[in-house]
Amino acid sequence: MGLGAIGAAVGEGIAASEANLALSRKPEMSGDIFKTMLVGQAIAESAAIFALVVAMILLFTSFPADSPLMISVLLAAGFSMGLGAIGSGIGSGLPAGEACTGMARQPGMSGQLTTNMLIGSAVCQTPSIFALVISFILLFSNFSGQPVSPTWAAILGAGFAAGFGAIGSGFGGGLVAQTSCEGMAREPSSAGTVTNMMLLGQAVTQTTAIYGLLVAFILLFKGFAPSDNIAAAMAPLGAGLCMGIGAIGPGIGEGATARSAVQWMARNKKATAELTRSMLVGQAVSESTGIYSLVVALILIFVI
Amino acid sequence: MAIEGIHLVEAASLLGAGLAMGLGAIGPGVGEGLVGAKACEAIGRNPAEAGLLTRTMLVGQAVSESTGIYSLVVALLLLFVV
Repeated sequence: MGLGAIGAAVGEGIAASEANLALSRKPEMSGDIFKTMLVGQAIAESAAIFALVVAMILLFTSFPADSPLMISVLLAAGFSMGLGAIGSGIGSGLPAGEACTGMARQPGMSGQLTTNMLIGSAVCQTPSIFALVISFILLFSNFSGQPVSPTWAAILGAGFAAGFGAIGSGFGGGLVAQTSCEGMAREPSSAGTVTNMMLLGQAVTQTTAIYGLLVAFILLFKGFAPSDNIAAAMAPLGAGLCMGIGAIGPGIGEGATARSAVQWMARNKKATAELTRSMLVGQAVSESTGIYSLVVALILIFVI
Repeated sequence: MAIEGIHLVEAASLLGAGLAMGLGAIGPGVGEGLVGAKACEAIGRNPAEAGLLTRTMLVGQAVSESTGIYSLVVALLLLFVV
């Protein structure tokens, strides 16, 4: 239980700092913009609220204390949601800020800007929802039938895979949504193509978070054979850390690529085809290290 | 859990392999993304040079990828050789 509280505290602290970061990004304007800001902030806040919910559950539920596995379950649930809220918190703040700026620039577009911001932020939230799902599975599954020795590490690994894995995709998705709001405000005639391009770019950005989720599920449900060898425990823990941390870079990098592609598509619509192609090629190369991480994680789980 | 010397080495190399590949993936991922971002920007400014720019982008990303591949090699060494 004591360790569970640490996970909750870490998750809460990280989530609170992200909420503050997202708040500090908002420009100070009034009326429509104030409304949009509040809506955007509410979405950015939701990742923090997920973390709060998980922290509350960790703090106020009385968990059965009979299994040492509970320690790692509670820690992993806290880490998963706490880490998972970082990227989505920052990421959702970006389009909200940019939508406010864009509204000031092009007041006629405020309706479409709000819609676009909402779609973009919703996609940014998905990695934190993945982390929430893993936290809930951890909290409400019964692991007592499983052998303690490698399972504790697999559970922690699952938490890290989902939590760290959500950071890059949440942030990267936000970068894309940010410039799509900007582009829409600059060039209202390109609004439709900008939204499509944003969704395409964000979809690629999400892939590494999905790898993280996949590895987390494998770690949770594979069922490891009991073993006293500490090496058997380090393999699933290493797999979780590998996939989770390895997903950060590609997530941010692909987001940066899509960000710039969307930005320039709005400015130069004629180059849409070239930009889409080079965006996808650039993202594919950026994805490669994420795939290496997935391969190493799967080797650690299934081969070793 | 009985921890003996040989197990400890094995455990450390498995965890180390995971950390090597995971941490090693951050830099190339972000770096290649930035290269791709600038290439998209340049193509947006001057679409006529798209072929040249894509080539330059791929060469730049390939170089940026090298540290990711080093991490992969080190991780595989730790998994299968040590």
